[in-house]
Amino acid sequence: MLQIKNLHVSVGDKPILKGINLEIKPGEIHAIMGPNGSGKSTLSHVLSGKGGYTVTGGSATYQGKDLLDMAPEIRAREGVFLAFQYPVEISGVSNIYLLKAALNSIRKHQGEPEVDAMDFLTLVKDKVRLLEMDEKFLYRAVNEGFSGGEKKRNEILQMAILEPKLCIMDETDSGLDIDALKIVSEGVNSLRSPERSFVMVTHYQRLLDYIKPDKVHVLAHGQIVKSGGAELALELEEKGYSWVEEAVA
Amino acid sequence: MTTSTASRYAAEYPLIAAALPGQTLPWLRHLRSAALEQFSLQGFPSPREEEWRYTNVSGIEKKLFSPSLALTADDVDAEWLNEHKIADAWVLVLVNGRFSSELSVLADLPVGVSVMSMADALNTQAEKLEPYLGSAASHLEHGFIAFNAAWFTDGLFVHVPSKLVLERPIQVLHIVTGADVMTVTRSVIIVEESAEAKVIETYISRDGVYAASQSGTDSTAGVANAYLTAAVTEIFVELNADLTLYKMQSESEKAYHFGGSYIIQNRDARFTHHNFAFGGLLSRNDIHVDLGYASECELNGLYLGTKRQHIDNHTRIKHLKAHAISRELYKGVLDGRARGVFQGRVIVAEDAQKTDSQMNNRNLLLSDDAEVDTKPQLEIYADDVKCAHGVTVGQLDEKSIFYLQSRCVDQETARNMLTFAFANEMVDKIKIKSLHDKVLEQVLIRFPQEGVNKEWL
Repeated sequence: MLQIKNLHVSVGDKPILKGINLEIKPGEIHAIMGPNGSGKSTLSHVLSGKGGYTVTGGSATYQGKDLLDMAPEIRAREGVFLAFQYPVEISGVSNIYLLKAALNSIRKHQGEPEVDAMDFLTLVKDKVRLLEMDEKFLYRAVNEGFSGGEKKRNEILQMAILEPKLCIMDETDSGLDIDALKIVSEGVNSLRSPERSFVMVTHYQRLLDYIKPDKVHVLAHGQIVKSGGAELALELEEKGYSWVEEAVA
Repeated sequence: MTTSTASRYAAEYPLIAAALPGQTLPWLRHLRSAALEQFSLQGFPSPREEEWRYTNVSGIEKKLFSPSLALTADDVDAEWLNEHKIADAWVLVLVNGRFSSELSVLADLPVGVSVMSMADALNTQAEKLEPYLGSAASHLEHGFIAFNAAWFTDGLFVHVPSKLVLERPIQVLHIVTGADVMTVTRSVIIVEESAEAKVIETYISRDGVYAASQSGTDSTAGVANAYLTAAVTEIFVELNADLTLYKMQSESEKAYHFGGSYIIQNRDARFTHHNFAFGGLLSRNDIHVDLGYASECELNGLYLGTKRQHIDNHTRIKHLKAHAISRELYKGVLDGRARGVFQGRVIVAEDAQKTDSQMNNRNLLLSDDAEVDTKPQLEIYADDVKCAHGVTVGQLDEKSIFYLQSRCVDQETARNMLTFAFANEMVDKIKIKSLHDKVLEQVLIRFPQEGVNKEWL
């Protein structure tokens, strides 16, 4: 699904990622953990194509293609989905319109016809129920006036409808209370499949109580300093990040 | 302003004066000659005047525009005109500043309501007009009003008697058909106690919409006409009355437009203005509102500028008495080398305690060469008031563009979506369906970028 090889990324003159290596196979869930400033968010931004970063070395190959060479919208149409840490409010553009426009551009990209209006509505309403959202959110402007929890649910709703192959989740648990965290996690778990992979960037272990990762990687000072199974997250929760950082230093 | 331009106009005046309406009325003759004298002295306003600092009218002075004295309704294609008429409205059509009876739709007016041309009103209702005409817009204020008072050829007169609610809107459709023409109109709208009305002012030229000139049979096909529109509307909203005024300005891309709306609101009166400034090479709107006790006004504006357009909006709200409320929101989108100006003055008089006023101006600059000058001003002489104002000038938000891209939308479409959404907030405030659709269409046509989709609504 995704191979990252010796990836180096800078912001301005400052190196942030200093040689990331990562291989994600179809169906796997990888958690990227690490302290603030370790480069976690940079990694998710670079993979989804946000501007402001310079790739100074290495590569990221997605389904055999050079991911870093694609415009952000092409990555999205190819099946890469970024669930934002801070979803952006887009006033004047309705939620349901954006969903439909996004879905249709994916279908067009894959050479399929536009979705039937009635089928689309049925699909959307099913997913809205799954995420315990109010239908009225569909007709409001994208994220405008939504609470933190509602915004995160809306991200998962988009993910559920667009059915991406690679989901990058940037600090999805931040700002969520325990009930919202459960709903969001159930939404994500329902999307798990042998063809779909997840990269979950998170500071805390608590999200991983609900979404069990196959692999856990610890990012510190722009490098993966330790990798392991789900048990590594528990160890981090117990001991904090300093022991892995010290182990490297 | 060089007085030579003024003296050139003044020299022409005796040749056309006899053809101007209301020559038999001493009070109007007096007003016109005082205004002519004033204009001869001061001419068009100069950038040296504080209120005209950002408005350079020298382009107008290079030319000598002439009034069109012949009725030219024959030049107007009825089918084309129909596209600009608002469905289910009474429509008064002015061609080159003259009323055209055959193009207008004024049948079935309720008893007691007057909707007629200014020339007709001066013939049949002069006594009613006398106390109003010139009382809200003084020719001493500046050169354009003086020019307008001296030269006006026609206009709209509306009188709605007390307690009458007009169910259908009234539209005045200003059409210009030729080059180098000046159309000078004066309109008076009176809404009596507890009455209610909606009026739509539409300004178009036969060239069609900005940058979308229609091919025609004449030799200048595809070339926009330069002409001058000077339109002054005086509005009186009496005790507890309600008036909504829409203005849709889509003049030719070489046109000069000066529009002034001067509103006097009596106690408890309500006035709402929706001002869409899309056309013209140089356009300026002056909107002055005098608020009586516990009256309310809402001023909404949207200006879209591209190429080398200059669009100027000057509003002045005077809270003269206590408990009045004013709300103002003007939005601008400027592309190319366009320049926008917003000057918003709110004056709260000593007696106007408990005034509640909010003014906002928000601008989007789409190119490095676009410019906006925004100047909100509060002058408060009372001590127990609530006044707020805010201004923003900015580019499209990069975070929003990336968010849309990450949802499969290409960058150009994302920019269009965000720009359109910004402007559409003002279009959405229009409560008359057919007008809403027409303005929306204009926004879509005139939009500085391509690929805007109605579905985004």
